[in-house]
Amino acid sequence: MQSLILRTATRLVVALMLIFSLFLLWRGHNLPGGGFIGSLVAATAFALYSMADGPAAVRRALRIDPRLIAVIGLMTALIAGLWAALAGVPFLTGLWNKIPLGEGAELPLGTPLLFDIGVYLTVLGGVLSLLLALEESEVDDDRLD
Amino acid sequence: MSWLPVLSVLVPLTTAVLGLAASGSARVQRGLTLFGSTVFLAVALALLSAVWQHGPVAAQMGDWAAPFGITLIADTLSAAMVLITAITGLACAVYAAGDIDDGRRRQGFYPMLQFLLAGVSGAFVTGDVFNLYVWFEVMLISSFALMSLGAGRRQIDGAVKYVALNLVSTLLFLAAIGLLYGMTGTLNFADLHGAVQEVDNPGLLAAVAVMFLVAFGIKSAVFPLFFWLPASYHTPPMAIAAVFSGLLTKVGVYALIRIFTIVFTDEALGDHFAYVQGLLLWIAGLTMVTGVLGAACQSDIRRILSFHIISQIGYMVMGLALYTTLGLVGAVFYLLHHIVVKANLFLVAGVIERLTGSFELKRIGGLYAVSPLLAVLFLIPAFSLAGFPPLSGFWAKFVLVRAGLEVESWWIVAAALVVGLLTIFSMTKIWGEAFWKPHPGGTAALSLPAGRRAGVAVGPLVAPIAALALITITIGLFAQPLYLLAERAAAELLDPTAYITAVFGSLPVEPAVVEPTPAAEAP
Amino acid sequence: MTAWTDAVSMEPVLAVVAGVLTAAAVYLMLSRNLVRFLFGLMLLSNAVNIVIFASGRLTLVAPPLIPGDAVAPAATVANALPQALILTAIVIGFGLLSFVMVLVWRAYVSLGTVDTDAMREAEPVEEDADPPPGDPASVPSPARGS
Repeated sequence: MQSLILRTATRLVVALMLIFSLFLLWRGHNLPGGGFIGSLVAATAFALYSMADGPAAVRRALRIDPRLIAVIGLMTALIAGLWAALAGVPFLTGLWNKIPLGEGAELPLGTPLLFDIGVYLTVLGGVLSLLLALEESEVDDDRLD
Repeated sequence: MSWLPVLSVLVPLTTAVLGLAASGSARVQRGLTLFGSTVFLAVALALLSAVWQHGPVAAQMGDWAAPFGITLIADTLSAAMVLITAITGLACAVYAAGDIDDGRRRQGFYPMLQFLLAGVSGAFVTGDVFNLYVWFEVMLISSFALMSLGAGRRQIDGAVKYVALNLVSTLLFLAAIGLLYGMTGTLNFADLHGAVQEVDNPGLLAAVAVMFLVAFGIKSAVFPLFFWLPASYHTPPMAIAAVFSGLLTKVGVYALIRIFTIVFTDEALGDHFAYVQGLLLWIAGLTMVTGVLGAACQSDIRRILSFHIISQIGYMVMGLALYTTLGLVGAVFYLLHHIVVKANLFLVAGVIERLTGSFELKRIGGLYAVSPLLAVLFLIPAFSLAGFPPLSGFWAKFVLVRAGLEVESWWIVAAALVVGLLTIFSMTKIWGEAFWKPHPGGTAALSLPAGRRAGVAVGPLVAPIAALALITITIGLFAQPLYLLAERAAAELLDPTAYITAVFGSLPVEPAVVEPTPAAEAP
Repeated sequence: MTAWTDAVSMEPVLAVVAGVLTAAAVYLMLSRNLVRFLFGLMLLSNAVNIVIFASGRLTLVAPPLIPGDAVAPAATVANALPQALILTAIVIGFGLLSFVMVLVWRAYVSLGTVDTDAMREAEPVEEDADPPPGDPASVPSPARGS
């Protein structure tokens, strides 16, 4: 699709959507949101980009193969679950580490967030590889898998 | 110890993820898969020995107490099934080294195989009906991918039918879970055992039980619901077909056994229990007969074997339908022995095709002259399938027939015996056509490809076949240990007190510095 | 709270919706056209999700969120479990359906049809007319239609 309006608007919207997807990921633990929803928003952003500029542009922008993103995500999630083994508690138990920020404020960082990041990357990688394969299949059928 | 059920899922899962990361190098990926499969086997052995010594082993995910969190629990049946899964997985991974071409490997054969094993193993150790659904899906998605790897025309055709019917089954399963939850308010098997008995609507409960029966029936390919199996199982490469034939339908049978012994028991269903039991018995008989008759009129080895999967499923369902201790012993014994035998037969079929160039019985022959070893390796699982003493299948059938006679179900016993005879007919057909009669193209047509093709990678092809055949003989000659195992599994199924105590008894210890939080389920 | 907005009156509505969706799904899935089958599958999975939702009881209460400074919800909240189940089912269904979509597309490309009756590659009509010896999986069957 060659449309100047779409391409110009996409630049802006894609950036906004990616930031929004990270925001959803971040607030996901205690409020509506999370890795899955966040990654779908990100995937939508890339889908929009591929509609405006073609799948090749998306691959260039991603720099790495979406399948690799999914693998990294799966590993992150596994590590988040296995972290509990070090603490001697059952698999997937949430562990929190509160980082003091001064003046009584603290930043709780924990394995649930790590797990969520894993989910985010897995779903993003999975959806994108499927999406790009579908978009490219019109040109080259062998890329479908 | 409570990590063992978790590890039996985590090891194949981790192997799969690492395998995906290593997809650039064939050697690394293969080595990693073999290593992961071996570790999985070790974990499965440790799990079975722990269960054997201490009774059911439970683990609460995320430290959430049952029934609010997800429980993984291994009783004797689960642990034994995980062990057989690990054995089959390892055998097929070794076999695949000589069978799977590089194109399929690059598309992700090894990681998908491990995801499949993780799904199967997860289905065996989960203690939660919704979690069972999730593992079914893990298994299903990876089997879809395996089925369509390579994307040959036949494979795509087979995959469409396989996928379509399995998805219908999945949705039925999910709807049944929803209704069951609506009636009982819980999803944990151990909790459901008590909760269903308080439901004052046995009719509705029986309806939901039949929904589960149909859903698992499609998965395990029982009588009116088996059409997807012979339409698809002969299309993928034999390393994949062997895993499928060994494990996938058996997960359906396992789920049937589990749900009808802990949730839809005779106490829960009351008067309706006899109806469900009668239904199961009819299904068992008809599945045996239609499967074996279907096999009798096929002439492609793979399709003969596919139909025999169906017929053998009938025996396992028969054990469940009799619903006596001996019947369940027979069902469990049958399950365990059959997975090894069936996977092995598919692997042998792969080698037959390698040596002769076809699966079509009319077009092959003369294998006995070329490879007497293969002939012996075929005879062992083949006669075990038919139930010849002293092989493993004999004891499995013996126990089931005995159980049938005990409750005086004459006609199901008659069906079981007749089907056993017809199985011999099919097996001798393969024997006569493929091994005994001369090759229609003359010996030259056979020996040339045999020498050329067999030389390439016959080691990885024959080694797992020999190992599985050895297991079959060992079970046959020393049936007592496996019988004791099956007996204990059956006792635990009929009296789930130990199972329930294991789920609720080991209350999680409140950790001092750690506050338990849900580490978010999938979404 | 009037009877009209009472959650109980929603139950028959959801029951009817689930029923209609299932009926439509069954109708579509009986079609020989794979694309229709796919649509039927989508409808059926939505019907099932509604069944699960209704199974968790419909109540007019607050969403199951706990304020940041509390350890338990202040008032009665809706049952969160069916929502989690549906969410999981949607996620899985999404994965499955996207796979099936690709598969149907693939089937159309390589078999040239979406009519299941015409798909006889794996089970050729004439058993005797199999492709010549060689790799039967990769050789297009000449048996079709001849």
